[in-house]
Amino acid sequence: METINAQARFDWSVSFKTGLLGGIVALLVSLVGLVEASQNRPVISGIISFGQTLVLFVFVLSSIMAICRAGPDRWGKSRSPLLLCGGVAGALVGAVLAALVLIGSVINLRAVFIKASPELYNLLTMGLGAAGAAVLPVLGLCLGALVGATYLLSARLRRALGVALGAIPLLAILYSAFFPGRRFTLVGAIVLFAVLGVSSYFWSDFRGQLRKRVASLPPAGQRAYQIGLWVLVALIVLLLPVTGSYPSQMLDLVGLYILMGLGLNIVVGFAGLLDLGYVAFFALGAYTQAVLTSPEIGWLGGVHLTFWQALPFSVLVATLAGVILGIPVLGMRGDYLAIVTLGFGEIIRIVALSDWLKPYIGGSNGITRIPKPVVGPVELATPGTLYYLIIAGCLIAAFIATRLKNSRLGRAWMAIREDEDVAQAMGIDLVRTKLLAFATGAAFSGLSGSIFASMITSIYPHSFHLLVSINVLGLIIVGGMGSIPGVIFGSLALVGLPEILREFSEYRLLIYGVALVYMMLARPEGLLPEARRRLELHEAETKTIE
Amino acid sequence: MFQRLRRRISGTTVIMWLIGIAILAVVFWGTTATLSSGKYAGTQWMDLLVYGIAQGGIYALIALGYTLVYGVLRMINFAHSEVFMSGPYIGYYVAVALDRAGLLNRQPVLSLAVVILVAMSVSTTIAVLLERIAYRPLRRAPRLVPLITAIGASYFLSYAFLGLFGSDLKGYPEIQALKGTWNIMGIEMLRPQAVVIVAAVVMLAGLYFFVQRTKTGKAMQAVSEDKDCAALMGINVDRIIVITFAVGGALAGAAGVFYALLFKQVKFNMGFFPGIKAFTSAVLGGIGNVTGAMLGGMFLGIAESLFPNLVLDGLGIPAPYQLKDALAFILLVLVLIFRPTGILGERLAVKKA
Repeated sequence: METINAQARFDWSVSFKTGLLGGIVALLVSLVGLVEASQNRPVISGIISFGQTLVLFVFVLSSIMAICRAGPDRWGKSRSPLLLCGGVAGALVGAVLAALVLIGSVINLRAVFIKASPELYNLLTMGLGAAGAAVLPVLGLCLGALVGATYLLSARLRRALGVALGAIPLLAILYSAFFPGRRFTLVGAIVLFAVLGVSSYFWSDFRGQLRKRVASLPPAGQRAYQIGLWVLVALIVLLLPVTGSYPSQMLDLVGLYILMGLGLNIVVGFAGLLDLGYVAFFALGAYTQAVLTSPEIGWLGGVHLTFWQALPFSVLVATLAGVILGIPVLGMRGDYLAIVTLGFGEIIRIVALSDWLKPYIGGSNGITRIPKPVVGPVELATPGTLYYLIIAGCLIAAFIATRLKNSRLGRAWMAIREDEDVAQAMGIDLVRTKLLAFATGAAFSGLSGSIFASMITSIYPHSFHLLVSINVLGLIIVGGMGSIPGVIFGSLALVGLPEILREFSEYRLLIYGVALVYMMLARPEGLLPEARRRLELHEAETKTIE
Repeated sequence: MFQRLRRRISGTTVIMWLIGIAILAVVFWGTTATLSSGKYAGTQWMDLLVYGIAQGGIYALIALGYTLVYGVLRMINFAHSEVFMSGPYIGYYVAVALDRAGLLNRQPVLSLAVVILVAMSVSTTIAVLLERIAYRPLRRAPRLVPLITAIGASYFLSYAFLGLFGSDLKGYPEIQALKGTWNIMGIEMLRPQAVVIVAAVVMLAGLYFFVQRTKTGKAMQAVSEDKDCAALMGINVDRIIVITFAVGGALAGAAGVFYALLFKQVKFNMGFFPGIKAFTSAVLGGIGNVTGAMLGGMFLGIAESLFPNLVLDGLGIPAPYQLKDALAFILLVLVLIFRPTGILGERLAVKKA
């Protein structure tokens, strides 16, 4: 009796602290404007919008964190501590939000926090106005208790519920993006929830059975199965542009970022050289392409090449730049390398923007009228047709990256990443290996830049901001450093999703920042890491098992 | 004999030296061209010099934050630029409130002190929170991880401030007492510049005294030398690290207010360039070295002020001020090529590739 009471007595502080933290997060989310901005994106039409879903999400997450931090197995299956822990955390989150609403309706917070408007309060209290502030802690309590209750169920059921609930807002967004104007209805959402829940519950069983059946097939059959899967994926990928011009544009951008990501993956992921000036090579590729092909540029003596003729030159220029920029940084370690490469990227942008080079490369007016690529009789003018060019580029890059990864050079890169001194002692030529890493990464980026230039037909120095480098870095981190499926996933998540969620564009970097910090704290190897990396980064955990 | 020489000097060293010499030659050519053409009068150079010293003071204060944190944690606090930004941002609201109450012009010294204090406390809070949330869990992680966390934190902070407080221009209210110029020792300087120079020098002196003479300061030095030994000597390493972040944050907050006094406005991304330049100054002076950061900051401020007119104009580059920001990066590359340990420092062990 006594021990159970002693344990139950302790859960207050954890739930309190987690709830308070969650409350501050909810406060931040609301005051920054995320809730209001997503107002027009209903998840279930007429009932709940994405913004409100975000707030609910904070409630649920706080309760989960509170329970996890107190120790999910601590109370076994005893009901009251679980419910209490989750409920208190949720209630606190609600209390903080209620405080905001109450204070805000008395004092005008708008002078300082410009998003603290009555509309916000209305949204937060689900349309009940300032008087409904009392609803929030109660809502938090109920939600938190519900979350606590789910811990009484089996882990599998809980995971199924989580996946089903979490997927609905995501699917709602994708649905409204690919089929504009359509929304989920309440009935539709419930059906979707049921389907997702059931399928995710049986997913692991299904996967196990599938694996067994495939393994029991003869080798020819297994080959056929693999090929079948790849054909399916290829069909989906090749047929995506039919969804329309807007999704194709988005996919084009995703593809370009995948290309850049594959390049940076080599520099950062394989070789461990944190290059923050990656946009410089992108810019050089784009500018070379533009200068060589645009009819506006006259100082080359009237030479105007086609896209295909200029492409090797722009890749070459970018590669050379990679080598040149790589030489001074050979002796530098991670932090310095990052800042110096960042400096290079900024130098290139500042110089491109300046009046000094304006007669040559257009300065702040940029270069316009860049021709699109022409394949035989067909001009790749629309985003849909360019998509195939980009896919081709990505395939080539992925092929090169995969072959390099498993080659001697790739292993040399990974050795450098781990410990330069030991690698050198093992006989790896650091200069050559590092320069090759920079050069290859720069080549991919140059390729991406030249396709970008002809895709948007006019380039300005503003397109080559540091943010591009940070974007690419972010998608590698989130996707998984050194892993090619990770790059693809990261690009879809970090480039594709913001393109769909246009109203979030001003919060994009805020979310990037949070995502980077969170990934580094929780899962530094990324979401789809290569196995070796995951082992490396969780070495401490595996060691303790011994 | 040539064999020995060839073994000692690799191809890359030659190329780097060639790049460095080329840059120095260009600088020399531009300087002589400008000075011989006599385009600028003595008073103009003096103006630029004073401006440069004021800027340098600001860079020095921010650079101290970088250098101190690098000393104790061996990592570059990329988010320090946002710590620098957050102080004057909140200070702006205080200044506006004081202005509305009329206190800003009636009691300029007191109001300014209040604004600076508020800014310093906000920056300190943000710095300490950063350490607690983003850096402490990653003390033993591989090098890349805290760096990326710092980048993420930096973006989070600047865009959170943008979202919370809006993107409209936040101009500091005018302080009547700071309008116009003073004539100090025969030099005519703008009043805000004079205030900034004096205040910066006082703070730098104060910090030097703090680090060299007080017990906490010496503990900070001990932790930067060898964390484990310091712990063995009975120093609470975690507490010292928090204090380091706090001191760096406070200095950055003050520097932010000075920056706002000089440039009259605050923006959510105002921290980016000063942050990079301050980091350059810290490296210039020798990272981990307090005096080095101060000297490096001053040097960079003055150089940046004189560089466009002194060098670029002589080279015939139109609108040279556009390339001012590039100087910091070029200096960084030069320093890291020719003197990686910085002017005064020896902390960093450079690897030979």
